[in-house]
Amino acid sequence: MAFDWLTGGSTPQFWKNYVALFEGDDKEHRRYVVFDMEASGLDWKEDVILSIGAIGVVGNAIEVGDFLQVFVQQDKFTTQSVALSGVLKEPKAEKFVEAEAMIQFLNFVKDATLVGHNVNLDIEMINQALKRLDLGRLKNPIMDTNTLYQRWKDLPDDSHISLDELCDVLKIGKSDRHTASGNAYTTALVFLKLKRKLGI
Amino acid sequence: MKNPVAQGIADFLKHFPPFSSLEYTGLMDISAQSKVIYLEKNQVLFKGGDATHADFYVVKDGAVGLSLTSDAEETLIDKCDEGDILGLRPFFAKNDYLMTARAREESIIYGIPIEVFRPYITGNPKVLEFLLESFASQTRNPYDKERSGKLMAENVVFSDQVADIQYFQPIKYTRNPITANADDVLKFIAKTMANSAVGSVIIQENQLPIGIITDRDLRSKIATGLLSIDVEAREVMTSSVITVPENISVAEAQMLMLKHDVGHLCVTRDGSDKSPVSGIISEHDVVAAQTNTPGVLLKQTRRASNAKELKYVREKLTDLIQSSIDSLIPISHISNIVAEINIAITRRAIELAVEKIGSLPPVRFVWMNIGSQGRKEQLLLTDQDNALIFEDVEPEQYNNVKRYFLELAEMVIEYLGKVGYEPSPNKLLASNPQWCKSLTDWMKQYDAWINTPAEKNVEVSTIFFDFDFIYGAPAIEDALSSHIGMNISRNKKFFAYLASDTLQNPPPLGFFRQFLVESDGEHKDYFDIKSRAIEPLTDAARLLALSMNLIEITNTYHRFKKLAELEPKNAELYEECAEAFNTLMRFRTEEGLLNNSNGKYLNLNELSKSDKVKLKNCFQPISDIQDMIKHRFSLTSIK
Repeated sequence: MAFDWLTGGSTPQFWKNYVALFEGDDKEHRRYVVFDMEASGLDWKEDVILSIGAIGVVGNAIEVGDFLQVFVQQDKFTTQSVALSGVLKEPKAEKFVEAEAMIQFLNFVKDATLVGHNVNLDIEMINQALKRLDLGRLKNPIMDTNTLYQRWKDLPDDSHISLDELCDVLKIGKSDRHTASGNAYTTALVFLKLKRKLGI
Repeated sequence: MKNPVAQGIADFLKHFPPFSSLEYTGLMDISAQSKVIYLEKNQVLFKGGDATHADFYVVKDGAVGLSLTSDAEETLIDKCDEGDILGLRPFFAKNDYLMTARAREESIIYGIPIEVFRPYITGNPKVLEFLLESFASQTRNPYDKERSGKLMAENVVFSDQVADIQYFQPIKYTRNPITANADDVLKFIAKTMANSAVGSVIIQENQLPIGIITDRDLRSKIATGLLSIDVEAREVMTSSVITVPENISVAEAQMLMLKHDVGHLCVTRDGSDKSPVSGIISEHDVVAAQTNTPGVLLKQTRRASNAKELKYVREKLTDLIQSSIDSLIPISHISNIVAEINIAITRRAIELAVEKIGSLPPVRFVWMNIGSQGRKEQLLLTDQDNALIFEDVEPEQYNNVKRYFLELAEMVIEYLGKVGYEPSPNKLLASNPQWCKSLTDWMKQYDAWINTPAEKNVEVSTIFFDFDFIYGAPAIEDALSSHIGMNISRNKKFFAYLASDTLQNPPPLGFFRQFLVESDGEHKDYFDIKSRAIEPLTDAARLLALSMNLIEITNTYHRFKKLAELEPKNAELYEECAEAFNTLMRFRTEEGLLNNSNGKYLNLNELSKSDKVKLKNCFQPISDIQDMIKHRFSLTSIK
């Protein structure tokens, strides 16, 4: 159990609110937040978040209105990262500083279970961003669609499948890919299918 | 914040009516509040009988089937593909789902909250028009002539034409409604409403409508404590009231209710609020006018105040049968529904007759349907066969009591005759002194049938073993059935008689597998489906069921089903007989509806080749079951 968020003396209110959410335990109407992010690269120590897309799932349905999309203003904004993420395709989108983006993200996810594809890297990047703000690590339970797929197919732990491949296997259209929010939506569809097949 | 997911949904919806008539911003608003649902193949979205959901659904990918379930058998009624709407029923009627929606393949569905969509329906004439047109034409998309599905499929099952005509016919509504004055005290108005079981009262001044008080007003203004129950009507009433002219159509009434978001319309002489009140139309009237559903027919039956109204119900029932046949609803399911309504009609006729006589029955009694009505197999209008059993009375009272019941039966049979049920030509009627008698006399009658079956004057007995007690005292019913049950068991002679009677009808196929047709008379060369195919099965089922002491199951299909359960060794044959019986009933009903006859004779020349094969396939089980009966009741030795 990580207690490092306690050591900072005065903790900001949003963080207190966030942490307080994990005290109750209501498994009945479990909310899942499926998310994806674009980053400046794949090194979780060096690279930074450029955008996050996240969408809520309750029961067997994606709640379309339960949606977050946030673009992060970063100094470390290279041509390479633009090519990689395509974030510039939304030149008019309002961008927030990293701290504001994290507040929005935490306020949105609340105590939901976080779901992503190969999610560990994304989680680590968020934890790094929280660390830069002198805060603790994410408290949310985490599910990985890659792991769920392994479980469903009884594959070895080290097997890897990309989101594209998974979409092919599950017959999900890939037209919405290429942005964080599009990926989040596609991953959410993947999650709904796996959730049903595994009886989660 | 932009929501690309909602945008994706809006981009999809805009290609399909009625969404295509909406502004893009409206579509975005609707999409942003919707849900995306994944259905695995065979997963159920909603089930018949479930309370309706807050959302209606649009198919994004895949296909969803709508089906009716009866006797654990699912029959597909309609299929919804990409862009099709389903589950919009609560917008029109606030009942449970009638049908089951089940994914026929993996599907992605958009769920849209009806409350979110409602303002777009009422606020946009094109959307409203589309839905009303879909509703009226019973097609999912009236703009698309190629594909016709049923937009309201999960709501109602009836044939297109009938719906069409009904929809544009004048609506039936309450004439001379209850009215009150503006200075009446609310408490007394509410009392009047409660006493007369109405949901609204028109407030009038000099015979002109100035407002209306409905259940809704009482709920929102009084029950919430906003106003006290001692205020005057004028303070509570909703004003102005929406007025309409007389002879308004169902379609128009519904449109106006949606447009003004009201549940009641006030009918006036010239349609304006400057002319006297002549009636009131409630939401219930609109729903009732559109649905030939069994529930509505039952309700109308119970409310009928004369034979003419009962006749109207029976006519609508014929429409319902026709459309159910067209929709391939299982025949056993249709028979059940028709039987329930037939029974309700008879019950109502009995009640009306008692009212007309003006004095209550002197003792307890039972009205018994026999024959095809007793077996609940009456789809077409056929003859009445019935009987009456009254409680045992002192000998000196007997004649008076009997006289009362004979008079009652006479009247009931007359009512039913007016509805369209011809009295039995063999006088197997409760108004016949022979078939209207006390419990003890009936027990003696059954004893005679059971103990000396083949004697003269007792031969007509068989159809009296297909009885359905439809009205009266359960104690009498129980006494009679258990008496019959006790007497019947191990009575070999009785069963031998029944068996030989059953085998009177030979299997309907000749040696060369040709149909046996009538060789002379009016129906020369026609196939008599009733006596050659249906009756042998009915007789066999009766014999076998009675021999296993199944006294109270009288329906042929259910008798075979039960037999299959009790005798696993022969289950397959029994199942085949049950199926064959249903198929034959369908043939007969279709024939009857087509030629407005009792469907007894089929013109083989009018049957398609595949129908002939289907018909012939029903004959093998008849022949098999007759063989079994021959062996089981050792007929060879008796004859």
